[in-house]
Amino acid sequence: MTKTKTKKITLDAKGVYYKQFNELIREKVREGYTDFTLKNVNGQRYIGTALEGELKFLVEGVPGQDMAAFMRGPSIRVQGNGQDGIGNTMDDGKIVVEGMAGDVAGYAMRGGRIYIKGDVGYRVGIHMKAYMDHQPAIVVGGKAGDFLGEYMAGGIILLLGMFSGKPDAPVSGRSLGTGMHGGVIYVRGEVPEYQLGPGLHSQPVDSDDMKEIARIVKDYAKELDLDADEILSEGFAKIRPFSHRPYGNLYVPT
Amino acid sequence: MLFQPINKNYHEFHIDRDKDLCINCEVCVRQCSYGSHYWDEVRGKVMHDNSKCVGCHRCEALCPTAALHIRKKPSEYRGGASWRPVFMENIYKQADTGGVLLAGMGSPVDIPVYWDRMLLDASQVTNPSIDPLREPMELKTFLGAKPSKLEIETGKDGKPKLKTKLTPQLELNYPIMFSAMSFGSINFNLHRAMARAASELGIYYNTGEGGLHKSLYKYGQNTIVQVASGRFGVHKDYLQAGAGIEIKVGQGAKPGIGGHLPGEKINDMVSETRMVPIGSDAISPAPHHDIYSIEDLLQLIFALKEASEYKAPVSVKIAAVHNVAAIASGIVRAGADIVTIDGMRGGTGAAPAMTRDNVGIPLELALASVDQRLRDEGIRNQASIVAAGGIRCSADAIKAIALGADAVYIATGALIAVGCTLCGRCYTGKCPWGIATNDPKLAKRQNPDIAAKKMTNLVRAWGHEIEEMLGGMGLNSIESLRGNRDKLRAVGLSDTEMDILGVKHAGR
Repeated sequence: MTKTKTKKITLDAKGVYYKQFNELIREKVREGYTDFTLKNVNGQRYIGTALEGELKFLVEGVPGQDMAAFMRGPSIRVQGNGQDGIGNTMDDGKIVVEGMAGDVAGYAMRGGRIYIKGDVGYRVGIHMKAYMDHQPAIVVGGKAGDFLGEYMAGGIILLLGMFSGKPDAPVSGRSLGTGMHGGVIYVRGEVPEYQLGPGLHSQPVDSDDMKEIARIVKDYAKELDLDADEILSEGFAKIRPFSHRPYGNLYVPT
Repeated sequence: MLFQPINKNYHEFHIDRDKDLCINCEVCVRQCSYGSHYWDEVRGKVMHDNSKCVGCHRCEALCPTAALHIRKKPSEYRGGASWRPVFMENIYKQADTGGVLLAGMGSPVDIPVYWDRMLLDASQVTNPSIDPLREPMELKTFLGAKPSKLEIETGKDGKPKLKTKLTPQLELNYPIMFSAMSFGSINFNLHRAMARAASELGIYYNTGEGGLHKSLYKYGQNTIVQVASGRFGVHKDYLQAGAGIEIKVGQGAKPGIGGHLPGEKINDMVSETRMVPIGSDAISPAPHHDIYSIEDLLQLIFALKEASEYKAPVSVKIAAVHNVAAIASGIVRAGADIVTIDGMRGGTGAAPAMTRDNVGIPLELALASVDQRLRDEGIRNQASIVAAGGIRCSADAIKAIALGADAVYIATGALIAVGCTLCGRCYTGKCPWGIATNDPKLAKRQNPDIAAKKMTNLVRAWGHEIEEMLGGMGLNSIESLRGNRDKLRAVGLSDTEMDILGVKHAGR
């Protein structure tokens, strides 16, 4: 693919309602702008939602709910914290959050990357899927809330537990991976067994896993200006589904 | 046949084969996907195993000599009003397996069908009736939010011009749509048939939650794309392909229960459309885990509006449950353009039998209370109401409209149109009629052209009947009947029921 020439623009979100702000962004995309700096973002929802192609966004501030929902391709860097629903059902692209993120980040995402430096809320990576060459990944630098990777059907979640504002909390909340029937969750260090969903066990990683982890960690560290070697200096645990049909035997057979 | 386990012996159906008529051609053997008929080498003739029969009547329909009849098994339990056979049989099955009972299609339980207890009016002498064969009759329906007031301004050409910006609407030639049945639960031939029928009729079909195959995008102008909690096949192109978007929160047949397409039904084409691996379960739990409140629902509604750039009206589909009126009010206030209410007699490909038969409330009561609540709150114009779940004929549809619906959804009716006999075993994936199956050998029993024609015929016929009944009431537009409960009278209902339905008793 030929690289399109970048065309830069700065948009000020101060006092602008999300609907008008997103309309403005779409209009500028149609005009051919590719490289956006969004200033004074303060809770505006749906930034980057359903946008497609090689676009870049730098978000200065805190974007609102459902940032990058249904997104396919663009990359977004948030210089601040994110709210709930980041990358909801996204197809492709890259999201880097330099702070924390809220609940359900990466809900049903089926492609692309979400890198969060700090802690995340509940149900992150829920329903995450993989399909053919779509292999999504979420990296959480801090700690995760309950139900990380619930109903996960594909992709990779990497939980580091390093850059957390909750020093006393366990690396993840309860019911990690509950109902998962595809994909893999890697946790740096160890994850207490009682935090896992029913039927799941923490397993040691093998060399193939480590290769995959190292590949993702290197990119993550580069994006967030962190030391990849330090992240990789500790062991990892792996949680995989015990079946791709976890509820197959629940019903009266026919 | 002695010493059979009790489960084997107490089966539902009995295959009657007329020995004189049977020519041992084995058509029944080939047609039965449950293996009830077989060729017996020793006897040198076709035999059958009654215990395997599900009562679908496929063999009976295709037997070239009409030698087969499927009947309820004549052998009877001692019986009683309390321990009906179904309860005993369920216990036998569950004692053997420890499993949850599954059921398909709508609930057969004997709860009141209020459609049958409400009668329509007709004109006599005054306000004469209208003959729709010779006079104009309007069934056109627009679904979507309507403005509270219209502002008109003078255009540059001096002519009046609408100043109020209208929100997107779905335009229907008939107040009838094909309800959500996912690709996967039913096969591609039927999706193609529904898409073609909807285009031909100028109505809409709903994709259900299994995504939309690329080859059906061309019917997008007559398609409502559905978004459920599993988000199967939901992406930018999908959301922009349909003329409307529906958030599935609940389903009448299984309120509080999600969808679960078993791995066996996920073949390559279903996998491609849902964007999930072949053979893996597709689990869609009851809650959308990003919706725990009306505010969260608002968030998803507007995420979808943003994704469609505000071009598609957004529907929210809920099951008819106890507090349906308050919930619907919240949905409208959250910005939905359409509220779809799915009653407890609605169909399903698979539901836990206990849920299907015991959870939810009848559509009629839910519909009447939602319409009334939205009127009382002065927000009825902000959303259209679509009634779904157990609409069996055009009279049900017209009564639903008189109770306050803008349009109705039909799904079971559309399947019956293409041969379904309500045997209720959709969840096995072996549908002998080629409907609820992705087995290519069975699926090809449905020809999409013929299926589309049958569905088209059905809606056209209902359209004629609705016109006749409207004309009989002296109305020339479906719009004049909408929420016009004075055109309904109850027979044999209690004061409470009539109060909720907002109808008087016949004779009043």
